[in-house]
Amino acid sequence: MMSDNPAMLRVRNLHKHYGAHPVLRGIDLDVAHGEAVVVIGPSGSGKSTLLSCINFLEPFDTGEVRVNGEPIGWSAGAEGTRVRQSERELDRLRAGIGIVFQQFNLFPHMTVLANLMEAPMQVLRQSESAARKHALALLEKVGLLGKAGAYPGELSGGQQQRVAIARCLAMRPALMLFDEVTSALDPELVGEVLAVMRQLRQDGLTMLIVTHEMGFARDVADRVVFMDGGLIVEQGPPALLFSQPSAARTREFLGLSTPSTH
Amino acid sequence: MDFDAAIFREVFPALLAGALVTAQLAFGAALLGLVFGLLGGLARVSSNRLLRGTALAYVLFVRGLPLLVILLFLYYGLPSVGILLSAPAVAILALSITNGAYVTEIVRSGIESIDRGQMRAARSLGMSYALAMRRIILPQAFRRVLPPLTNEAITLVKNTALVSVIAISDLLRAGVDAMTWKANTFSPFAGVGLLYLALTIPLLVINRVLEQRYRIR
Ligand SMILES: Nc1ncnc2c1ncn2[C@@H]1O[C@H](COP(=O)(O)OP(=O)(O)OP(=O)(O)O)[C@@H](O)[C@H]1O
Ligand SMILES: [Mg+2]
Repeated sequence: MMSDNPAMLRVRNLHKHYGAHPVLRGIDLDVAHGEAVVVIGPSGSGKSTLLSCINFLEPFDTGEVRVNGEPIGWSAGAEGTRVRQSERELDRLRAGIGIVFQQFNLFPHMTVLANLMEAPMQVLRQSESAARKHALALLEKVGLLGKAGAYPGELSGGQQQRVAIARCLAMRPALMLFDEVTSALDPELVGEVLAVMRQLRQDGLTMLIVTHEMGFARDVADRVVFMDGGLIVEQGPPALLFSQPSAARTREFLGLSTPSTH
Repeated sequence: MDFDAAIFREVFPALLAGALVTAQLAFGAALLGLVFGLLGGLARVSSNRLLRGTALAYVLFVRGLPLLVILLFLYYGLPSVGILLSAPAVAILALSITNGAYVTEIVRSGIESIDRGQMRAARSLGMSYALAMRRIILPQAFRRVLPPLTNEAITLVKNTALVSVIAISDLLRAGVDAMTWKANTFSPFAGVGLLYLALTIPLLVINRVLEQRYRIR
C-alpha cells in the first residue's frame, strides 16, 4: 500500500450477495492516485462484481467505497444509519469513474465521434465545439482519428475497444476500471488495446484492471491482487506475486508447483 | 354482379369524403396510440411495481375486450359520468386506447431486445435512467420495432371501420349510405374497397421497405 499518495479508491469491508449466494465477502482495497492495480482470479471469484460495486451499478450490501475521498452508494444518516444516495448524486459520481467492458458496449446508432461526444455534452453540458475538440484529440491518442465518422459496426473488435476506452476518457475520469477488456478479442487484436492501456499508464491515469493477460499485468501493474471466492487472498508487486506467492491457492491458480516442505 | 360506372362516379366524391374521415381518425389514433404505447412500454420495463402492474393491467384488459365493446362503452358511458365528447373524439380515444395496448407490448419487446450492456455503459458514463432511455435505448429500440409498428398502423386503419356504428361518416358508413341510396351494392363497395386499399397499401409498402432495410443487424 502506498502511503505517500492519497487513495483514489478506498474499499472497506465490502459485502455483496446475490440471493443467498455471497459474491463479495469483505473486500479491502486501496488504489493510490496514479497507481495501476491489476486484479486476477478464477472465474466466479467476484472480480466483475467488485468493479460494478465500485461505481454502484450493482448496489453492494455493506461496507464502504470512496472515490477521491467521496463515498459512493450509501451516505451516513442519523445515528449510525445509512441512506442510499439520490440517483442524481450517483450519476454525478459515476460520471467521474470510467469503466470499460469486455463487450465494448459502444452505441451502435451513433458514429464513433458521436459516441465520444454524447456523455460530455449530455451529462457535463460541454459545448459541441469543446466536446468535438476533446473527442478528436482522444481519437488521435488511440490511433483512430480516421474512424471518427464510422459506425461501431464497421470497426474491428480491437478498434471498438479503443473507441470504448476513448469514450470513457472523454469524461476525464479520476479512476478507470477495466473488466477483461481483451477477452472478447481475436488474439491478433489484443496487442493494440493493451498498447493503449500502457500509454494511459504512462500518462499517470489511476487504473484498476481485471485481466487474464499475465504478461501485461507483470509489465504494467504496480500491484497485483489475487481474488478467490469473494475475498482478496493476497496482493503484492507483480515480480513477487507471480514468482513467490505466499498462498497455496494463488500458486495453484498461477500453475506454480507447490514447494516441497521438507 | 351489377357494376355500374355511372353510379360509381356519382357516389365516389361522398366515398372520398368518408375516406378522408377514416384517414383522419386513423392518423389521430395512431399518434395518440403511440403516446399511450410509449408510456405503457416504459412503464412495463420500469423498476416501479405499481407502474409495471398498471401497464400490464391495461394491456390485459384491452387485449381481452372487443374494440366494439370499448367503443360503445365509451360512447354511451362517458356522457353518463358527465364527460361529453364528440363522436370522432370518442372514436379516436377508443382506437388509440386499443392501439396503445398493442404498441405498449411492441415498445416493451423493443426495449428488452436491446443488449443490457447499452444501459450499463450509458449509466456508467453518468447518464440518468431517463437520459439513457431517451438517447441510447429508445432510438435503437425504435428502429427494431418499426416493422411491427407499421403492422399496427395497418390494423388501426382497418379497425376504424368499426366506428361507423356510432354517428361518424367514415368510409364504411359512406359506402353503406351510398348503397342504400342507389340500391346498388357492388358499385359503391368497389369504391370503398379501393379507397381502403389506397390507405393500407402504402403502409404495407413502407412496412416492406423497413423490413428489408433493418433485417440485417
Ligand atoms: N446478476 C447476478 N445475479 C446472480 N448471480 C450473479 C450475478 N452476477 C454475478 N453472479 C454470480 O456472482 C459470482 C461472481 O461473478 P463475477 O461475474 O463477479 O465473477 P468474475 O470473477 O468476474 O468471473 P469471470 O472471470 O468469469 O468474469 C458468480 O458466481 C456469478 O454466478
Ligand atoms: Mg467477470
